[in-house]
Order: sequence, then C-alpha cells, then structure tokens
Amino acid sequence: MKLFAHELRGELLLYTRSRELAFFTFLLPLILFVLLGSTYGNDRIGHDRGANFLEAGMLGYGLVSTAFAGLAIFMVIRRESGILKRVRATPLPASTYIAAVLAATLIAFAVSSVCMIAIGRLLFSVPLPSRWLSLVLALGLGAAAFAALGLGMTTVVRSAEGASATVNAVYLPMAFIAGSFFSPHSFPQFLRAIADVLPLTYFIRLMRDVLLHGHQLWDNWSDVGVLVAWGAIGVVVALWKFRWEPAEG
Amino acid sequence: MNAVVVEDLHKSYGEHEALRGISFEIREGEVFSLLGPNGAGKTTTIEILEGYRRRNGGRVSVLGADPAQAPRQWRGRIGVVLQSSAMYENLNVRESLALFGGYYKRPRPVDEVIVVVGLQEKADTLVRRLSGGQRRRLDFGLALVGDPELVFLDEPTTGFDPAARRSSWETIRSLRGLGKTILLTTHYLDEAEQLSDRVAVLREGRIVATGTPADLTRAPATEIRYRQNGEDVILRTEEPTRVLAELTARALEAGSELEGLEVRRRSLEEVYLELTE
Repeated sequence: MKLFAHELRGELLLYTRSRELAFFTFLLPLILFVLLGSTYGNDRIGHDRGANFLEAGMLGYGLVSTAFAGLAIFMVIRRESGILKRVRATPLPASTYIAAVLAATLIAFAVSSVCMIAIGRLLFSVPLPSRWLSLVLALGLGAAAFAALGLGMTTVVRSAEGASATVNAVYLPMAFIAGSFFSPHSFPQFLRAIADVLPLTYFIRLMRDVLLHGHQLWDNWSDVGVLVAWGAIGVVVALWKFRWEPAEG
Repeated sequence: MNAVVVEDLHKSYGEHEALRGISFEIREGEVFSLLGPNGAGKTTTIEILEGYRRRNGGRVSVLGADPAQAPRQWRGRIGVVLQSSAMYENLNVRESLALFGGYYKRPRPVDEVIVVVGLQEKADTLVRRLSGGQRRRLDFGLALVGDPELVFLDEPTTGFDPAARRSSWETIRSLRGLGKTILLTTHYLDEAEQLSDRVAVLREGRIVATGTPADLTRAPATEIRYRQNGEDVILRTEEPTRVLAELTARALEAGSELEGLEVRRRSLEEVYLELTE
C-alpha cells in the first residue's frame, strides 16, 4: 500500500509535467466542448437542448482521450524507450505499478469530467446531473473498460513514433462515429452500422440516458453489458500480449 | 564467496546459438568484465543474469538465487544499468532518484547518490536537459539508489566521446569504492583494462580467455619474424632471448642470413583482435 501511494504520487507528478498529455488528453476535450457548445449549444437535438446533449458526448470524448488514447500512447512510449524494462529491474511489483498508472489515469479523467460538468453548468446552463450515483458508476465503468482497451492497444503498436498516429487513427474516428460531437442520427447507414459495434457509442448512450433522461445505470443493462464485454476483451488481450520490453531490432 | 556463478550456460534464439556453454565466476567485491565484439553474446549473458531472459541450459546463481525464479526482494539487491538509458524525461535528477529509491526497502539517501555520481550541479535539472554523459551518470545513480550489492553495467560508455567516457569511468571506480560487485560488458579493450580486476573474452558465444587484464596481454607477447626459403616464419614466445640466441646461432653455423628479421612486442589490441576474430 505504501509502495502504491509512492508510485501514484510519482505518476501524478509525471502527468502534470507532461504538456503533451495535459493538452491532448485533458485540455483539448474541454476546449472542444467550449467551441462546439458555443456553436450549437442552443439548438435542439431531438427533444434535447444542444448543450445538454453535447455534454454527454464530450464526457465520452474526454473518456477516450484520457483513459484510452493518453494511456496507450504514454505506455507505448515508456515501453519502447525502455522505461518499463527499467521498472521491471526494481523490486516494485508489476501489479502495483500498473495499478498506480491506472489510478492516476482515473484521477485525471475524474478531474476532466468535473471540469466538463462545471463548464456545462457555467457557460451553457446545462443542469447539474440528478443521478449522481449512476453517473459516478457509469464514469468508473467507462474508465475501467477503456483503460483495459488502452492497455490492449499498446500490444498492437510496435514503435514509439507510431504510437500517436496509430492511436489517433483509432480513437478520433471512433469519437466522431460514436457521436461525441454531433448527433449520430443524421449519419448514413454504414456509419451507424459501425457505431453499433463501438464501445464508445454505448458509453455515450449511457451518459445521455443518465444525464438527460434521468435513467439509472441499472436501467440500461444492455449498454453496461456491451461496455463490460469490450473491457473484458481489453483485459484478455493485455494479459495475453502485454510487453515490458521494447520491440526487438 | 562468489556473487555470481555461471556454469555451462546455453542460449539459442531459434536456429542461432547465442551462447554455446559459457562458465565463469565473479567474486564478491570485484569488477568483472565481459569483453567482446558486438554479437558475441555479452548482452544475452547479462540479461540472463538480470532475469530478463530465460536460458536454454546450464546453471546460474546470482547472489545465491536463480534469476529465472528469483523473488522480488532479490531485485532489491541488484542494480541494473541497461544499454539504453531510458528515464522519465520530465522529472529532474532529484525527483528521478527519489521515485526509484522509493521502490527499495533501504534506499541510499538521494543527496548522497547525487554526490557519488557527481551531479550536484544538475540536481534540479530536468532529465531531458542533461547531456549524454550526465544521463549516464544519473543512470548509475538509479542503479545505485537501492543500495545494491551487485551492479550490472551493459556497455556503459558505448557511443561516448572521450571526456564522457573518462567521467563514467570515474563513477564506476567510485561504485567499486563503495564495495559493490560489478559486472561490466564492453567492447572497448582499454575500458576493460582500466576498470576490471578480471576479464572474460567472449567470441561467438564462447569464452576464449579469462584472467586479469595483465594475464591476458602477457601471453606470448613477443613476435619474431624472418623469411626462410622465401616463406614468412612467425614465432611467438615468452622467452625471446633464448629463442633469438638459438635462431642466430643456427644461422651463423649455416653461414646464412635471417632475412627480414624483426622482433617486436604484440600490442594489447592485437591480442584482443586475435582472440575475437
């Protein structure tokens, strides 16, 4: 436990020191929320106000930025530069290290979500969530599922140089298609077919139901089930293929 | 007591036999070098001892444990300097040492480590602003901060300019002064000579010579060359005086000349090249 606290402090220090990480995974979603909210915050999307609808999608975008993309990119860079190998040479248990990395990511996502909700309230008069428990549980579930997928993702990227490119090529289209920025209702059929298998689609739907329609987490078992299933795939791939050493040659 | 015992160590990567049965021992408190050209098996050997790679055969004991099955606490007793000095670029020297020191039960005080590796002036500098030589010194510091008994250094000065190499040598000597056992790999003969108590020369996965640096270079070191019937004759001897006397006496008796006679000492470089080529 003492080791975990020590490593978590170190991870948080590293998080705050990395400008790339702070900008792309943390600030960018907030900036996009401000920009998009200013653009169509007062329009109506279906029965909902634009800003309210957008906030749910942007929480999803914040989720994939921090827990999936940010985590995957910095873990690949750590692996390929040899930092993970160095950590393996110390008595710090691998499980403690990974737990601290995940906890730091979760904290970053929590702070980002609080900022998102605060911006929604202050700039766009989005009502504060009424289902707090369901919201926290859903955010936690999303963080767990996407962090697992992020760790799984590290196994398919071979070089530090390719990390940003590969991860961006996955998560940016996913964010679009899943409807982080706009309503997916006007998307052509084939995009909606893709959206139907993306885990982010289900997370955003869960967010909209909890934030806009006052649902509870346990009212949406099917969405929860899809997220759990994707998270499980991430866990299996990560356990099976995760590497501590740089790719040979 | 031996800190490291290696017996008949074998390692293959697919068809390629990287180690073909090597044996050596490292005594407590000594600096032992594995010397050899690239691809001789140095890094494979050191990474098996560090517990990163599995061996295919043979017996290995590092501080009394088999690295392939050693518990986490065992890692607290060794320090590792890898070939690439990867570290967190956005931490400063002091923070890096404090972070890694926290992984050990009884770390050395951070300020003390900074002095040992000579980074007092850079203690608050971010890692990404350090020079190559300074990074390597921090690397030594990270290997040292857990107060290990045994330190592995894998090619610690490869690619360095002469000044950075000398300063790394100073640091390695100071590690030694702390009573650490050190295993060093290098392909620089002068480095092995300068730093080690004993050297094993590796070539294509086999140890071709072991001994003190002096032992290795003493071996038949005088070379006598002359031409006889149009063919070059080369003699290597540890008793050049006697051999020369006999040669010249015979030539005098026969009334002939030792054509192209040349007597010279072989350089250390030549001995090494001969062993490894």
